[in-house]
Amino acid sequence: MSRPSATRARRTLAVDVLARVEGEGGLEVKVRRGALESVRLNIYEPPRLFEAFLRGRDFREAPDFTARICGICPVAYQTCAAQAMERACGVTVPPAVRDLRRLLYCGEWIESHALHVVMLHAPDFLGYESGIHMAKDHPEAVTRGLGIKKVGNAIMTAVGGREIHPVNMRVGGFWRAPAAAAVKGLRDRVAWALEESLELLRWVATFTFPDVRRDWVFVALRDPERYPVEQGRIVTSAGHDLDPSEFERHFGEEHVHRSNALHGVMHGHGPYHVGPLARWALNQDRLTPAVLEAARAAGLAPVERNPFRSILVRAAEMAYACEEALRLIDAYQPFDPPAVEVTPRDATGWGVSEAPRGLLWHSYSMDGRGVIRKARIVPPTAQNQKSIESDVAAYVERHLSLENDALQWGCEQAVRNYDPCISCATHFMRLSIERV
Amino acid sequence: MATLRRPRKPRLAVWKFASCDGCQLSLLDCEDELLAIADAVDIAYFPEASRAMGKGPFDLSLVEGSITTPHDAERIHGIRRASRTLVTIGACATAGGLQALRNHADVKDWVPLVYASPEVIETLRTSTPIANHVRVDYELHGCPVSKEQLVEVVKAFAAGRRPVLPAHPVCIECKRRGLACVLVARGVPCLGPVTRTGCGALCPTWGRGCFGCFGPVRGAHAVGLAGVFKANGLGDDGVVRAFRGIYAGAEAFRKASELHE
Repeated sequence: MSRPSATRARRTLAVDVLARVEGEGGLEVKVRRGALESVRLNIYEPPRLFEAFLRGRDFREAPDFTARICGICPVAYQTCAAQAMERACGVTVPPAVRDLRRLLYCGEWIESHALHVVMLHAPDFLGYESGIHMAKDHPEAVTRGLGIKKVGNAIMTAVGGREIHPVNMRVGGFWRAPAAAAVKGLRDRVAWALEESLELLRWVATFTFPDVRRDWVFVALRDPERYPVEQGRIVTSAGHDLDPSEFERHFGEEHVHRSNALHGVMHGHGPYHVGPLARWALNQDRLTPAVLEAARAAGLAPVERNPFRSILVRAAEMAYACEEALRLIDAYQPFDPPAVEVTPRDATGWGVSEAPRGLLWHSYSMDGRGVIRKARIVPPTAQNQKSIESDVAAYVERHLSLENDALQWGCEQAVRNYDPCISCATHFMRLSIERV
Repeated sequence: MATLRRPRKPRLAVWKFASCDGCQLSLLDCEDELLAIADAVDIAYFPEASRAMGKGPFDLSLVEGSITTPHDAERIHGIRRASRTLVTIGACATAGGLQALRNHADVKDWVPLVYASPEVIETLRTSTPIANHVRVDYELHGCPVSKEQLVEVVKAFAAGRRPVLPAHPVCIECKRRGLACVLVARGVPCLGPVTRTGCGALCPTWGRGCFGCFGPVRGAHAVGLAGVFKANGLGDDGVVRAFRGIYAGAEAFRKASELHE
């Protein structure tokens, strides 16, 4: 839904409802006398106040509650919340629990990336309004994408009970380790999804990408052995290597040029970028040889600074998540007890992981009875908001000669490069008082 | 001789208020049925999936999310006017969702806990279901909704009939599956006896008590169940929390929680 208005001197592009993003947001771009005046991403997703109502709740409720922040990436929230509580209570979960969480999380990466790559993002490159419209001319690609997505959901159901808001994860581990047959039974389907993901990667590599180059500081997790998913230290392209407990010392939100603007900033460096491009730049040496080779063959450079090319990294990560899921499925043995005992204590803990859209950080303080006293949740899309706006600005500056309709579509696409999850990010995003 | 004309495809719209997107994602999670649904109905407005945003009127509107802002309290009326049939989907749209926990607190104290600039946040004191604001033709419960039930609802309204969905509690589902009762056998607080089915008794299957994500079943005796929890040794604060969760805004659960406050 758009309201392009143009006079000779000034034109305004207003996208009232941004399509193919999770949550509700809009975009306003103002161009005056042939020059870009302003770009504003409006988030009118209503605040739901999670950090407030978590206060006074039992620490064991945080995984199920915070899952409800986002229906697309509930496992990211459950994992961070469970980790934070375990850390606060001085508990380390056994490797079997960690591996099963990673498998569940791989399922989420697969379903989320498949949805975005095929149904939400690819239509932009090929000029379709939606994946459903695209299906008429590209039935194979759409069927392939939905098939891969279904395999991701099958992993989440086998390990977590259901694909949206799984019920099996808890502070300390799981409620029950799934039967070996249920996990091993996924193998053939995941092997199929791996091959199809590589095919998808070859397909998106044929797209034409707008020529945009952005200079961001990349921020991602780094794991000693593997591509980062459910854990890691925080590293940056500026050379930081941080314990996640130091997050708040280095990252915050600042009021920038408008009184109600809150942007994720890295102290001393300004805006930063989290998500697939950051993970790729900082962790490609942790990919499996097959996926790394496929990614290079698809044309990915060692550092990708073109946000439109994030679709390539998502496709490669989808293949990686399939390969990783296969490894974890093969190694899986049911374990009992499914969780370690967690005794509450008066303490603060943090949890961090790589949600499909980028780094997610949680921190909770609880009292000696396990009652939550303070909660802080920093979702990836909030951290990327400044990058999103500046990407749109960069795109507009290079494409001012385009007609309004084409320029608007390009701007929307520049936002969708981030697979922005506005439902998650609401509480950090600026809410425009002008409502459209 | 009159020629047979193919009937016009029903026009579907999907709307979002305060929510997590999970219920409308359930529609995209119908991987096998999605293209068939897209063939049977005209998906005229579904911003999560398509940038084609058709104008009303719509034959069927699916509404996700609760009303939490003055703007949304206005917006829902326009949607009602543009919709022949309006169906609410999920805990947020049918009971206010987890964000209805604010209904038991003073939201003015809450906003500064989350936002650095609370003065720019426009929010209502309560999170309320859509039916508190406009006439609703059908409510589909769940956090998230069951995608099988969602497909049944879309199919039913597209065919001009009422959906056929089970109305029994989760408890019956456990009995049917022969699961040991977590409440009786282990004393675990379980909302299964008072919660509407739809999940297939998911939590008891995984060895934990039901936490009510499909909301109270018709005629739920939640106050009685709260008494059982107490008798099993759960403190008042635990009882309050048990009923004050995802369906905190539902009348039966609200009453049970308030008795133990």
